[in-house]
Amino acid sequence: MAPGAPSSSPSPFLAVLLFSSLVPSPVQAIVVYTDRVVHGAVGSRVTLHCSFWSSEWVSDDISFTWRYQPEGGRDAISIFHYAKGQPYIDEVGTFKERIQWVGDPRWKDGSIIIHNLDYSDNGTFTCDVKNPPDIVGKTSQVTLYVFEKVPTRYGLVLGAVIGGVLGVVLLLLLLFYLVRYCWLRRQAALQRRLSAMEKGKFHKSAKDSKRGRQTPVLYAMLDHSRSTKAASEKKSKGLGESRKDKK
Amino acid sequence: MLLLLLGIIILHVAVLVLLFVSTIVSQWLVGHGYATDLWQNCSVSTTSNVHHCFFSSANEWLQSVQATMILSVIFSVLSLFLFFCQLFTLTKGGRFYITGVFQILAGLCVMSAASIFTVRHPEWHLNSDYSYGFAYILAWVAFPLALLSGVIYVILRKRE
Repeated sequence: MAPGAPSSSPSPFLAVLLFSSLVPSPVQAIVVYTDRVVHGAVGSRVTLHCSFWSSEWVSDDISFTWRYQPEGGRDAISIFHYAKGQPYIDEVGTFKERIQWVGDPRWKDGSIIIHNLDYSDNGTFTCDVKNPPDIVGKTSQVTLYVFEKVPTRYGLVLGAVIGGVLGVVLLLLLLFYLVRYCWLRRQAALQRRLSAMEKGKFHKSAKDSKRGRQTPVLYAMLDHSRSTKAASEKKSKGLGESRKDKK
Repeated sequence: MLLLLLGIIILHVAVLVLLFVSTIVSQWLVGHGYATDLWQNCSVSTTSNVHHCFFSSANEWLQSVQATMILSVIFSVLSLFLFFCQLFTLTKGGRFYITGVFQILAGLCVMSAASIFTVRHPEWHLNSDYSYGFAYILAWVAFPLALLSGVIYVILRKRE
């Protein structure tokens, strides 16, 4: 696909629309669209797109014709023909075994694929569409350049770098905020639990204090009783002793 | 405090201007009767004094230089915007982390652009008679300034 093709293809379309709206009598004309320039690598394949715009319905008698004019050559030869629902590959030229029909007339598509590209394939390919009764119209041409290594399209690296870096930065920022948000939420939850625990501790301690006080009281009483016992024993002992002493 | 704020903003705007100028102006490489930048090659023919400009090649490295320069401008603009946002929303004593990070990123981007250009420009620039133009130098000047202003943002605490 050539960089200029997408921008250039609507303009003839618009021109035709304008033209047909300006001219009172209905002018039947078929408009064929192809890329302007196609690049291909040696040994690889390339798809030559061809579509058209017609005022008529797509008829059964639709026909596509691809012609090829070598670079610097004078005469164009027909290399491919599609008619009555059948693709015909012309038996002349260097393309006879390398063309594949991939179009579909129902989708207004007359594309072909050329396999196993060679440097000698450089040239102009012309797509011609006849959609009876709509047969008057211009053909469209696409120029094929075969390279050892296909040059990258302008803007591809540019866009990739800008988009990639911006995407990564955005992602990191998002991740950072997500982690911070989660952390803050966890922290808040922890805080809440902590404060709840603190409150619960108060409650518990309040409850516990009763029990806690009870048990110590019990213990204390026990202790007290023990101590009193001991004291009494002591007392009694002391008494006894004293008694003994007295004796 | 106000003076410091003014100084920071002036520094930031200066970095932005440097970035814009070095991105746009066609003076990265200058030679006899021609000047090139990231976008086009311009030549002045001595006989007719006519300016001819052609688009630069679609070399991948040149494209990445263009991309990093654009990125640095984007980051710096974003940083300035975020600075004003944070100036009004940040809590007292907070630091301008996001602003600083974006400004540092802008500095790193312009550094990578200038270094890629330095290393790779013979790939698309075949004329051997050249010297670096002022836009190239401005790009290199913008790098430490952007880094400096980014570090200042990170260090700075907001006062009431």
